[in-house]
Amino acid sequence: MNAKKVHMHVDSDRLIAWLRVVVTVVLAFLCGFLILGFTKFSPAGAFGAMFRGAFGSKRGIAETFLSMTPLILSGLGFALAYQCRLFNIGLEGQIAMGGLIAAYLGYALTGLPPVVHVAVCLLGSALGGALWGLGPGYLKARYGIHEVISVIMLNHIAFKVSAYMVSVGGPMKDRSDFMPASPFIAKSAELTRIWEGTRLNIGIVIALVVCVMVWVFLYKTSPGFKLRAVGQNMHTAGATGIPVKSYTILAMVLSGALGGLAGGIEILGIHHRLLAQFSPGYGFDAIAVALLGLLNPLAIVASAFLYGVLRSGSVLMQVVTGVSKDMVSVLTAIIIFFMGMGEPIGRYLKARSFEKRKKKYAA
Amino acid sequence: MDVAIRMEGITKRFPSSGVLANDHIDFQVRSGEIHCLLGENGAGKSTLMNILYGLYAQDEGSITIDGRKVAFSLPLDAIKAGIAMVHQHFMLIPVFTVLENLILGNEPCKGLFLDKHKAQEEITRLSETYSLGISLQAYIQDVSVGMQQRVEILKMLYRGAHIMVFDEPTAILTPQEVKDLFKTMRRLKEKGNTIIFITHKLQEVMEISDRVTVLRDGKNIATMETKHTDPRQLANLMVGREVLFSVHRPVVEIGGEVLRVEDLTVLNQRNMVAVDGMGFSVNEGEIIGFAGIDNNGQSELIESLTGLRAVRSGRICLSGEDLTHACPNTFLKKGIAHIPEDRLYRGIISTFSLCENLLLGHQDEKRFSRGMFLDYPAIRRWAKGVLESFDVRYADLEMEAGLLSGGNQQKVVVAREVLRNPKVLIAAQPTRGLDIGATEYMRKKLMDIKAGKKAILLFSLDLSELMGLSDRILVVFKGKIQGEFCARDGFDESSIGLLMAGGRPQ
Amino acid sequence: MLHDILNLVLLSSTLRIATPLILASLGGVVAERSGVTNIGLEGMMLLGAFLAVVGSFYAGPWVGVACALGGGMLAGLIHGFMSITVKANQIISGTAINILAVGLPNILIPVIWPEHFATTPVVETLPCIQLDAIGKLPVVGPILNAQSPIMYFAFLMVPFLHVMLYKTRFGLRLRALGEHPKAADTLGVHVVRIRYIAMLISGSLAGLGGAFLSIAYQSQFSMAMTAGRGFIGMAAMIFGRWKPVGALVACLLFGFADAFQAAAQSAGVPIPPDLFLAFPYVLTLIALVSLAGKRSGGPAAAGKPYIAA
Repeated sequence: MNAKKVHMHVDSDRLIAWLRVVVTVVLAFLCGFLILGFTKFSPAGAFGAMFRGAFGSKRGIAETFLSMTPLILSGLGFALAYQCRLFNIGLEGQIAMGGLIAAYLGYALTGLPPVVHVAVCLLGSALGGALWGLGPGYLKARYGIHEVISVIMLNHIAFKVSAYMVSVGGPMKDRSDFMPASPFIAKSAELTRIWEGTRLNIGIVIALVVCVMVWVFLYKTSPGFKLRAVGQNMHTAGATGIPVKSYTILAMVLSGALGGLAGGIEILGIHHRLLAQFSPGYGFDAIAVALLGLLNPLAIVASAFLYGVLRSGSVLMQVVTGVSKDMVSVLTAIIIFFMGMGEPIGRYLKARSFEKRKKKYAA
Repeated sequence: MDVAIRMEGITKRFPSSGVLANDHIDFQVRSGEIHCLLGENGAGKSTLMNILYGLYAQDEGSITIDGRKVAFSLPLDAIKAGIAMVHQHFMLIPVFTVLENLILGNEPCKGLFLDKHKAQEEITRLSETYSLGISLQAYIQDVSVGMQQRVEILKMLYRGAHIMVFDEPTAILTPQEVKDLFKTMRRLKEKGNTIIFITHKLQEVMEISDRVTVLRDGKNIATMETKHTDPRQLANLMVGREVLFSVHRPVVEIGGEVLRVEDLTVLNQRNMVAVDGMGFSVNEGEIIGFAGIDNNGQSELIESLTGLRAVRSGRICLSGEDLTHACPNTFLKKGIAHIPEDRLYRGIISTFSLCENLLLGHQDEKRFSRGMFLDYPAIRRWAKGVLESFDVRYADLEMEAGLLSGGNQQKVVVAREVLRNPKVLIAAQPTRGLDIGATEYMRKKLMDIKAGKKAILLFSLDLSELMGLSDRILVVFKGKIQGEFCARDGFDESSIGLLMAGGRPQ
Repeated sequence: MLHDILNLVLLSSTLRIATPLILASLGGVVAERSGVTNIGLEGMMLLGAFLAVVGSFYAGPWVGVACALGGGMLAGLIHGFMSITVKANQIISGTAINILAVGLPNILIPVIWPEHFATTPVVETLPCIQLDAIGKLPVVGPILNAQSPIMYFAFLMVPFLHVMLYKTRFGLRLRALGEHPKAADTLGVHVVRIRYIAMLISGSLAGLGGAFLSIAYQSQFSMAMTAGRGFIGMAAMIFGRWKPVGALVACLLFGFADAFQAAAQSAGVPIPPDLFLAFPYVLTLIALVSLAGKRSGGPAAAGKPYIAA
């Protein structure tokens, strides 16, 4: 067998993958331009402001990395679930619950050394998110109830619970402040700032470490292998002894845990207390981040970076040009559309080139 | 007598598998006759009829209907020309009523609204003409299979068909329902309709047909008047007097009992009894061949023996241990491995690499993992060696398994399962869709496994293969074991063929 | 206290809360019955809400309604294109629409109304209709009279869709597509055309539901104002077993529960307002769980792209 021929095929598959991503991003920006073109805004001005906002200043760069952190984690969360053919669009709720628990543990526990306190808070936030993923996972595995609806309901419930907690008279409300927020967490629970003059903290490091851990889990461990097998072909997986139902639940639990962790880091690293709606939609960005990263943790870092640019840059864009930050949501939707469209198209192209090559291998 | 259908020189090759399904077949049906198309699985009967019906296009050859040359591109064209096909898998909507199924696409209307009364009148008339006894308001999912079939027939009559093709219509019917179907067919014939009846069951050919055509390996072997032939002759033509595939049979001492199945009853997808009180035992070093036409309970038996289907009643014991209700993982661990009949559905994961496919089920073995972590260098070394020793032709260890040829995919599955060192190996259609080379390799491999004192349950639709490899052959028909044959006594293919087709031993 | 809660106002609130749910739910029924899973109902509703305000601002509330219908249809068309022609994952497509609907208004609001972000100014609302015949009914008359035309429309859609699905040729064919598109295809039923029509209907119903939210009793649009109603509508569709009448009953139940919660809150029941607001979602979840184990139901072919032989 000619090894060169196979590398060509492996490369052509990789080519198709790269093509999907690049074409999607380019088309998304083009659509963004078009939409702005219909309005009085100048597309070039808007996107220019966006990039300036993301890179133009020390604070901007820091904010870019700051946005990357929850995006990496929630992107990983979506990707992990999707690797097991599950659609976890409930990350937003899982982030909220994670933040809630982190904040609570942050101000309720005192007298702990910083490392321990942070660890406890983050563990708690991960558990909170995991719990929020457990329900839908169980309902899907045991009863076949589609995870999409149950997870969206839990999103809304999480928002309301969170709002309640910091509402007037709520159990987590800071009595001394009129803002709907919890008390500030103890200093020992705060994540260390790592860049003088900015809010950038070690959360980004934690996110990158977790990213590597997820990569290792998926591609280097036995349970990760089994999870992917269930996602690719649950019949074969079941026939070779993999407990499909258990892995369905595990995938949702882990996915939720990653979302919860994202929320926890947001609280411990940036806000230092629970605010009602502290996530500007990271849970939904996660979908685009994961799809653009083609579900690979290491590539997700790159797409999370792209999104970090979009998110942090959009703040300046709104201030300077008046184009709403929600331009990012519009881009997200378009990216998801095109990645979604690319799936069957990519499969079709792969199948076509595969048919041609199959004859050569059918020896 | 007029010729209703004339198919000449029909040739069809399927590009994806390279199989020559129809090999220059000439086939004629006279008007107003019941003509049986007989052959084993894979003989080419369904393909030929699908070409007639417009589902496939032939590579070569021509079709003439009632004297006019035709070229159908859609089943709808065939229906317009008066040909209708009653498929094995009914094209009926379970949650609709009989009436709704009948009129779909051809609905009589008053303005925008369905005129169910008009439809009812017309259909009741048709139904009575043919004494079909159909209850129009019943839901298809509540109605018996026999009735569903009559609905399909009525559907076609309602659209003006006068040539009707039945594809293995009795495969899922009870004996009483078969009688009713034949009554219906005779009535159809009386009214001047032409019937083609695809089957593999000899008794039925003798009972209902005027003439019969035997297909084998894609060729038309013979066409004759039914009254001029008998089941024995037909069985021989169907199965062929091929030289028994002689594999070197090692002299292996048959050991003690390793698997025992007692009074096993298993239900199928539709909650009908598929395995009906089966009982047998298998010894070490034995190959038990299960002979039988598809859909007689084999799939459900295999699934129950691997934990993939629940058992209604009965017992499965492996080396004395009761595994009846165990999960698939337990079956694997205790020593029953399985080469599935549909390798793309259950055998391999097409998007996984060769390495990963081989790893399935082995991932938790000590030699491949340290705790949770997989030792990929070790796994790769092992995989390379395995692929070499099983003679798998591949280009790269990391290539997607879906890119391999069928034969090589099958080798991967066999390798993976055999290397579990199971006590019992279930091989379901192991040589299906494989070329000569891969087939020979597979058969030799099975012999090697047998020599290693393992037991093999071999399921195959190829009788000569079973006869060449098995120590004993059990014939399965309608979920029961109809008979047992020993290699020592010599296998009599005609007798086996007869039992397979539901006949009585002579 | 119970008396404060259980009165005719409750009935009126129930109807009002149920109306958008009914429209979304019916939209879901039509789509799924034809074999397409429409997760984007929420987004289509939101877009409808926004476009209704825009239309009303420029040319009055009836134009607003027309815009909502048009926008819903367009969104339905897009989802249809993704699901039927491209055969992409229908959940991905629907989710994209939902996300788009949250963000797009925020970009366009400052364009139309400078100085405004995320919330539009007040616009002209759809006038209520006086139906004296209904008004004369005892007890319920005053409640059922003088409601928004969209509400009457929504309730009329229930028998209309029931008749359409079960008594017309089109409905029979549509339902066949949701169960066994291959069988229908072999009998000459036009799979693609009918599914696209179903998506147009689905999108426009959802859009109309959004219009009700923004210009029927309210008079403005605010970001993400649908607050999950599209999904609750889907849950009602499931609970109502994909039948128009069933969906109506489920929506009325949900509406009643929500209205009860609001009335209880204003009557002073001592449960925190935010938790009260979580009630509809909790209820939906309970409803879904209660269905667990029963026959999974739903059109057999829903959500699966049809690949013609």
